[in-house]
Amino acid sequence: MSHHGDDDRPGGIDRRHALECMIWAGTGVLWTLSGGVPKSLGLLGDAQAAEAATKGFTFLQISDSHIGFDKPANPHAIDTLKEAIDRVKAIPNKPAFMLHTGDITHLSKPAEFDNAQQLIGSSGLDVHYVPGEHDVVDEGTGKAYLERYGKNTQGRGWYSFDQSGVHFIGLVNVANLKAGGLGFIGPEQLEWLEKDVKDLSASTPIVVFAHIPLWSLYPAWGWGTDDAAQALGYLKRFGSVTVLNGHIHQLMQKVEGNVTFHTARSTAFPQPAPGAAPNPGPMLVPADKLRSVLGIRSVTYTQGKEALAVTDTALDGS
Amino acid sequence: MMRHALFATLTLALCVAPALAEVSKEEVKVSIDNFTFNPAVLTIKAGTSVIFENGDDIPHSIVDLEGKFHSMALDTGEKFTFVFDAAGEINYACGLHPHMKGKIIVTP
Repeated sequence: MSHHGDDDRPGGIDRRHALECMIWAGTGVLWTLSGGVPKSLGLLGDAQAAEAATKGFTFLQISDSHIGFDKPANPHAIDTLKEAIDRVKAIPNKPAFMLHTGDITHLSKPAEFDNAQQLIGSSGLDVHYVPGEHDVVDEGTGKAYLERYGKNTQGRGWYSFDQSGVHFIGLVNVANLKAGGLGFIGPEQLEWLEKDVKDLSASTPIVVFAHIPLWSLYPAWGWGTDDAAQALGYLKRFGSVTVLNGHIHQLMQKVEGNVTFHTARSTAFPQPAPGAAPNPGPMLVPADKLRSVLGIRSVTYTQGKEALAVTDTALDGS
Repeated sequence: MMRHALFATLTLALCVAPALAEVSKEEVKVSIDNFTFNPAVLTIKAGTSVIFENGDDIPHSIVDLEGKFHSMALDTGEKFTFVFDAAGEINYACGLHPHMKGKIIVTP
């Protein structure tokens, strides 16, 4: 699938190729990646959960909660976030923490941030955030986000932390966007990233999380990051790199060498497959189908295994 | 016959010209639909107000590439008005979806 990103045709990749790249995770199916080939291992069993508890850990990812969104695609985005958090609370083995990969709010309004914080906080988990473009449209272009989530971060909100031997890197690719461009990391953050990973052993598993995908998924709709190649260049020497994104409100996956990319579902509304609609706006699905296209993600790291196991669960349990 | 035609043309010109000038002095609309600015290129006279109105069900914003002005995010049906006083070319983009670009040409 290396044709992505270097395709010069107008409009980028065509729909068929885009769909070829998509792997829709089914009912409670656990996907792992081995040698670049995804394998379904069936339902996440107790044995695996127990193994992770002793030799690894599990964390969660939620994304694109868009608190404040009330359009036909989901007039009650706050309710579906609540359902997502209820699913999180119901997980029997408490995850180590949760990531939120941006677009917490729809319009960066204080009440939206408050409502999101109240619901997400009720999970009882530590939550690590990165902003989406909808979180930085306040008058201070990101000041409201940083006041809430910027503690112990650099620049516009980027940071890293370690959990049981895995190095997590939260990148901000929604600030200082260039006209005509895609997501943007920027020279200051890239310089920080290079230094951040410089002294790490190549065997350290790396997890990068950011809002906009770090691969050129569908540039015609702005689905990619202009300077992602430079960021990924600093991570080339690592044996296991997992990149988690949101932004496109659907599951997509790509494997490139030692790097696996996963985009997550939203908890608010779905968006069309690349090129499948005139624009990437919210996709209206029948009300009884909405919860099958929204969801949460669980990621399990097992010590000694290069691949992290990614499990996506829809809000309707499928 | 010629005289009548000329008279009609002049009358029409007299009626229409001030009306056009009046409109262009006041307000011109740029609608935002389907992730595009319409019209993408707009020519106006200095002093004209441009009203940007978002018709999409996702927010958009107006950001001047030279940093002279920007709007807040406009939700569905919301408007942003800016008066262009100085002649010149203004290039702008959507702050949330920077692949959306527009241009305003302001004539003296």
